[in-house]
Amino acid sequence: MLLINCPWCGPRDEIEFRCAGQSHIARPGPYDRVSDEEWARYLFYRKNPKGLHSERWLHDVGCRQWFNIARDTRTHEIKVIYAMTDPKPEESTP
Amino acid sequence: MLDVVSWSLSTGVYISQSDKGGLVFGGGLDHYPSYAQRGNLATAIDVVGAVAETYPSFGRVRLLRHWAGIVDIVHDSSPLIGETPLAGLYMNCGWGTGGFKAIPAGGYLLAHHLATGRPHPIAAPFHLDRFRTGALIDEAAGAGIAH
Ligand SMILES: [Zn+2]
Repeated sequence: MLLINCPWCGPRDEIEFRCAGQSHIARPGPYDRVSDEEWARYLFYRKNPKGLHSERWLHDVGCRQWFNIARDTRTHEIKVIYAMTDPKPEESTP
Repeated sequence: MLDVVSWSLSTGVYISQSDKGGLVFGGGLDHYPSYAQRGNLATAIDVVGAVAETYPSFGRVRLLRHWAGIVDIVHDSSPLIGETPLAGLYMNCGWGTGGFKAIPAGGYLLAHHLATGRPHPIAAPFHLDRFRTGALIDEAAGAGIAH
């Protein structure tokens, strides 16, 4: 069970949150020049790292605010919690 | 005690009884990517809770052991069978939680492709290209569960 430190509410159990997958995905554009291939990559293709993963989380049954978590998919260890508008944290070499 | 396999659409939990008497049950996924290769407590609580809710008397039995594995889930909850962008490399994956039941047919279909160079008519719609063309098999959000 993850203990997630919500930036607004403090540490809460994982069951209060929802993970919405990979973060920092930019919508391609302008729309009339996006190929089907590019659009498919935007909609469906995701990273699947064994290691550090940047993902969006929602404090679903708490403050309902969104934020980013950089988490190790091997250990579930939360490395950094940061705002939606913050850049992706640098990956340190293991 | 239980001479059928029971499965609940609303909880996704299935349960049967082995010949030795133990109950075997499962269901549920972690809701974030994981290579931890262990059961996640939040998911285990969900599954065990669903068993106790469906069969209150089972709430009294003890949990002997539990396990978890990597489940490959695709956006439209359907497998990927056929060629990949890399010549000579074929895929047969994304079976989600349905692979145990369906893979004999899945193996037959991919073998047909390998032997003839063309997808079997049943497997053709399961090509990776469906995400580019938009011809998805199953709208995952509209289905209760993968299979
Ligand atoms: Zn919160």
